[in-house]
Amino acid sequence: MTSIAFRRRAQLAVLLGPVSLFLAVFFLGPLAIMIVTSFLSPGLYGGVEWTWYPHNYGRILGFADPMFEDFDPIYIAIFLRSLKIAAMTVLATLLVCYPAAFCISRLSDRWKNFCLFLITLPFFTSLIVRLFVWVLILRPTGLANEVLIGTGIVSRPLDLIYTDGAIILGMVYVFIPFMFMPVYASVEKLDWTLVRASLDLGAGPIRTFLRIILPLTAPGIAGGAVIVFIPALGNFVVPAILGGAKVMMLGNLIEQQFLAARNWPFGSALAMMVMTVMLVLLFIHVVVSGRRGFDPATGH
Amino acid sequence: MRDSIVRLDKAAKAFATPEGQTVTALDAIDLDVSRNEFLTLLGPSGCGKTTLLQAISGFVQLDGGRILIDGEDMTDRPPYRRPVNTVFQNYALFPHMTVGENTGYALEVAGVVKAERTKRVGDALRMVGLEGMEGRKPRQLSGGQQQRVALARAIIARPKLLLLDEPLSALDKNLRQSMQIELKTLQHELGISFIFVTHDQQEALTMSDRVAVLSGGRIQQLDTPRAIYDQPKNSFVATFVGASNLFEGEAGSGQLVTRDGLSISHGRQGATGAATALIRPEQFFIAQADDSTPSLDVDLEQIVFVGSTFELFGRTATGRRVIAEIPAMRRSLVGEIEQTRRARLAYDPAAVHLLPAEAA
Ligand SMILES: Nc1ncnc2c1ncn2[C@@H]1O[C@H](COP(=O)(O)OP(=O)(O)O)[C@@H](O)[C@H]1O
Ligand SMILES: [Mg+2]
Repeated sequence: MTSIAFRRRAQLAVLLGPVSLFLAVFFLGPLAIMIVTSFLSPGLYGGVEWTWYPHNYGRILGFADPMFEDFDPIYIAIFLRSLKIAAMTVLATLLVCYPAAFCISRLSDRWKNFCLFLITLPFFTSLIVRLFVWVLILRPTGLANEVLIGTGIVSRPLDLIYTDGAIILGMVYVFIPFMFMPVYASVEKLDWTLVRASLDLGAGPIRTFLRIILPLTAPGIAGGAVIVFIPALGNFVVPAILGGAKVMMLGNLIEQQFLAARNWPFGSALAMMVMTVMLVLLFIHVVVSGRRGFDPATGH
Repeated sequence: MRDSIVRLDKAAKAFATPEGQTVTALDAIDLDVSRNEFLTLLGPSGCGKTTLLQAISGFVQLDGGRILIDGEDMTDRPPYRRPVNTVFQNYALFPHMTVGENTGYALEVAGVVKAERTKRVGDALRMVGLEGMEGRKPRQLSGGQQQRVALARAIIARPKLLLLDEPLSALDKNLRQSMQIELKTLQHELGISFIFVTHDQQEALTMSDRVAVLSGGRIQQLDTPRAIYDQPKNSFVATFVGASNLFEGEAGSGQLVTRDGLSISHGRQGATGAATALIRPEQFFIAQADDSTPSLDVDLEQIVFVGSTFELFGRTATGRRVIAEIPAMRRSLVGEIEQTRRARLAYDPAAVHLLPAEAA
């Protein structure tokens, strides 16, 4: 090994050392604790008993656990509902952000920066406060219902809050900036002479969109989808505030297991499962965009 | 009467600048391009060349006037419904598609079946010297090869007209020269009309059947390359195409006298009034001191050897700049004047071109 190569390595070790240490202590450590906990049996008053107990995972899938209940697919249902809500959130944020990204990318620099500023503005106030404003708007005596009744569109207040719809609305509200940034980055990069070339070669607007614009902005869409889907799946603040007790998602379920039900092993198992799903998704994303990375054509 | 493929009829376009003014990019342009013609639009940057091309391809909506392609009114047709294809300056190849997919795009869009498409893509790529490259991605090609793919892609659907917007400006000099010849050959083989945009006058003269010199959104002159060079219609054309020595003055029969008292002989009997005489640098030759041919005496400021010629930069006694080009085979003569730093530059009066005087 040359001395230069050695110095490089030493430098790298010094630079990466603190981060590696931090991750090892505060990420891998707790993760190991959770994995172990998920295979133990719950203590009577919370905590764990140090006995091997593999049923936590079976219970998620609904298989009867002699200590608790008979076959019950409730957790699968919650899991599926969470997947559905997260997917709908991705779709809805995409439907909002994709066209908006095109509009904003065509503005002059000044208006562009102003719009980007507006999009980051929500980060300056507390998420909880902003979500409670939605409660005020959506509740039976809230602004939305008052407007609907006042204009005579409905005669009795609608059930707006504590529904799947309210959760998706809240999720979209929370996650729009997360979708917007990667989508905007890819739209901004789009080379419009390629669009012209396509039109010039006889492709109409729709075909040009499908064959040129969509594939070239796909990396941004995929990035946004992953960045929104993963936290949306495990999110518990939005369903807690806008879903009330009626609509439960994985995040709330896990929280409930740790706090109310005091079943730490089951909560750990649930958390492990959510993490597995996320890791699989991330892995797919990395593999797909990594393959694209080897492709000299897109320049990624 | 020649067969017209494109006709512009008083085509006009103005743009608003951010400062609130308007720029006239096309000033009521009339243009007629014949079938199988190689027409070049030549002009300085910002004179409206790209705007004119885009008006034909459909990316610029005219403020006034009409565009006919092969007799059909195209003024309000979108680009994707015009029988015209473009070779873009930066090639504009689709980065996510292979060379084959790029080349076959127009056919794919037109619904040509796969088998025929594959065959025609192969043919088109062979035509531009890229056979067997179907599977590559554009990024894996050199600039010259990308240029060829762009060309193959634009001609594959046999448009009635091919538009080329400074297609060679990104290539290095040698490649550019060989591409010039190839383009010309290709145009001949295909029998498609080309409208070629360049700001390089050499390129324009080399390749074109006719050249349209543009300035300020107007066609200053539309002629064969030789007529553009030998008989420019105004001083803009004379100075933009080739180097020139211009002498403004009062023309008389066979003689033009400038304000600073120089007398230039010319071949036009019966010329009168204000005019400008044009002498190209290569029309000068070095005369002996006792020679009686019409000539200008200059003090030489610089003598530059450029390979095939010497360029002489001189000044007359009244301080007027004169450029002359002397073939390098006359180097013995040049050696002489290098010593004296003075030269008598003679010219043939019959070759002197008279421009009409222009309103200042
Ligand atoms: N989209 C546009 N908006 C405003 N001005 C434009 C636009 N396109 C061209 N122009 C102006 O019109 C004139 C002609 O431009 P262009 O046709 O691109 O010139 P060229 O191709 O000869 O360099 C220039 O002054 C340019 O600034
Ligand atoms: Mg241009």
